[in-house]
Amino acid sequence: MKKDLLGIAELSSEEIYLILDTAEAMREIGQRPIKKVPTLRGKTVVNLFFEPSTRTRTSFEIAEKRLSADTLSIAVAASSVLKGETLVDTAMNIEAMSPDMIVVRHAASGACHLLSRICRSRIINAGDGMHEHPTQALLDAFTIREHKKRIDGLKVAIVGDLLHSRVLRSNVLLLTKLGAEVWVSGPRTLVPAGMERFGVRVSTSVEEAVADADVIMMLRIQQERMQGAFIPSLREYFTVFGMTAERVARAKPDAIIMHPGPMNRGVEIASEVADGPYSVILEQVANGVAVRMAVLYLLAGGPEGE
Amino acid sequence: MKRLLKGGRVVDPANGRDGVFDVLIDGDRIVRVGRDLPVEADVMVVEVPSGLVVCPGLIDMHVHLREPGQEHKETIATGTAAAVAGGFTAVACMPNTHPVNDNAGVTEYILKKAAEANLARVYPIGAVSRGQDGEQLADIAELRQAGCVALSDDGRPVATALLMRRALEYAGMFKMPVIEHCEDPSLKAGGVAHEGYHASTLGLHGIPGEAESIMALRDISLAELTGGCVHVAHMSARQTLDAVRYGKTRGVRVTCEVTPHHVVLTDEMLVLPIPYDTNVKMNPPLRASEDRDAMLAGLADGSVDVIATDHAPHHYDEKHVEFDRAPFGITGLETAVSLCLDRLVHAGVISLARLIELLSVNPAKILGVAGGSLAAGAPADVTILAPDLAVTVSVARMRSKAKNTPFDGWQLRGGVAATIVGGRVVYEGVGSLLQFLPPAL
Repeated sequence: MKKDLLGIAELSSEEIYLILDTAEAMREIGQRPIKKVPTLRGKTVVNLFFEPSTRTRTSFEIAEKRLSADTLSIAVAASSVLKGETLVDTAMNIEAMSPDMIVVRHAASGACHLLSRICRSRIINAGDGMHEHPTQALLDAFTIREHKKRIDGLKVAIVGDLLHSRVLRSNVLLLTKLGAEVWVSGPRTLVPAGMERFGVRVSTSVEEAVADADVIMMLRIQQERMQGAFIPSLREYFTVFGMTAERVARAKPDAIIMHPGPMNRGVEIASEVADGPYSVILEQVANGVAVRMAVLYLLAGGPEGE
Repeated sequence: MKRLLKGGRVVDPANGRDGVFDVLIDGDRIVRVGRDLPVEADVMVVEVPSGLVVCPGLIDMHVHLREPGQEHKETIATGTAAAVAGGFTAVACMPNTHPVNDNAGVTEYILKKAAEANLARVYPIGAVSRGQDGEQLADIAELRQAGCVALSDDGRPVATALLMRRALEYAGMFKMPVIEHCEDPSLKAGGVAHEGYHASTLGLHGIPGEAESIMALRDISLAELTGGCVHVAHMSARQTLDAVRYGKTRGVRVTCEVTPHHVVLTDEMLVLPIPYDTNVKMNPPLRASEDRDAMLAGLADGSVDVIATDHAPHHYDEKHVEFDRAPFGITGLETAVSLCLDRLVHAGVISLARLIELLSVNPAKILGVAGGSLAAGAPADVTILAPDLAVTVSVARMRSKAKNTPFDGWQLRGGVAATIVGGRVVYEGVGSLLQFLPPAL
């Protein structure tokens, strides 16, 4: 493993499989009566969140605690940025207290690359702008593999706001690296330029994208997208792209439905689908802890680091 | 006392010269250019080593000197020191200072600072609109009177079609071109990089080439309507070049410039060698290779009129931030000649004579200023190029206050041997190729 986990772009498929296999072992720890191992005892991990997050931050915190790391979470409010301290200075101040790893969530794409260049601590990207969210893609892959026993050769349809989604970028990179056939679908206004060059099929017909799919992955639509004239209304979005039971029926009978959360019921996904038997949305959340434990463990040096 | 530059290759396209000629200078003027000029008693002879090129002083018609108001980025003294080190005998500076150069007081301040620095000539460009806020015209006659040679709201486009129409009509009375930063603000949206695959992989908001060409087409149409002169600044998109060609075939008074970085680099630099390097963040952004190739074709076929640097100095602190937060722009004065010689002339894209046209003859013509020619009676503004000099770009050695360039460490063939302004040697190049040039020249 490299010093930092900045994105799926920097990982080889061997490294991805190593993380997924390690996560299998980590999950077992979470099923014990005493959910704690001493692996990261004496290591300090700082969760540095410049953007609000409940799920990802909690998941990292639980993963760190299960590995016995000394951990603290800092929610840097927008106000302290307004006070004038730069990202670099904030990070250097934390760095001065010698943490081993810094988990970073930031609204600007590339923020983790910037910190990677200046920090001695290992940087784990917990989501940077519209760029990447590597641990989300890893936990998605873990969940898919658990249900389908493989990733190679699966048809995965990703539907929603492709343009603004870091989850999309990380998942496309990971799934294409592991040999899945990836289809993406969303309004033409929310498709990034040059999307075909990512090695995916692009369709504005959600019906075509989900046809015979093994996996359907939904992306969140944000309320404010109407202001940029990306979509006319959330109601119309649901009519054209919302994941209904009818659309799910076009996929393979054993298809699974995924969503990175937080969900907008009735916007990108119907409640009957979100809560349906094929939904693995809460499993994704559960698996997130095991995958993040694996990432923390491997970055700390794996077996040699103990 | 007279001085004779003897035996150099003189490239002076304005007078149709490209060959070995002598240049006789008396004080601050060129007296005569010819073959084997007689050496009279009162003439000091300066032998120009073979391999060097004597040409009319280079003019950068698009720089930001940041003074007044942003002296932490650059001053007129450091900016003109960078200019002469880069072979430029004159620069035209954009009005987006603090306060904006929209009145004679600011223009006179700039000219006073330039006179104190006493290096390159400085031609101020006045604002089109008061405060560059796109509402009312600035006092254009007053700006002209004080010394402005052109008008621009650079940093942003002239806000409305109506204001642009009025500006072209009004500026025409004073023979001032309107230099336009072509950009449709709504299409730019929050963009920070060229809209394309590379920006998409990095999750950066894109700016399509059409944000530029749409505004260029508006302005070319208005130039046709009014008979005014519009000059398209820092052209980056192939669609814009097509728009300029369209205007030229219709006889519209439209000219355009490209920067060295837009003809040397592409948006692939966003990813490699350093992902999210803020020193490749500029506006307009580095475009796709198709755009870069179109600009090269435009340089070769004559559609492009000028190479200008858009020298945009920023402080290290301002660039040492997230890509989204960093200001747009890179420095250019001290890298332009080497980049152009290496990537355009030695690469066989254009001839040396064409390069001099782009860097000297045409800027002088468009701005209506002296220079661009080594004719008898012209000011003795002369650049001596060393086209085969091996140059390693080094920010540590730069005269500019700012270090924001992506070219640090680049090895290029071609540099500046000396810069002469008004008969005075204001810069002598690395390695002192002309160490025998008396400083008093």
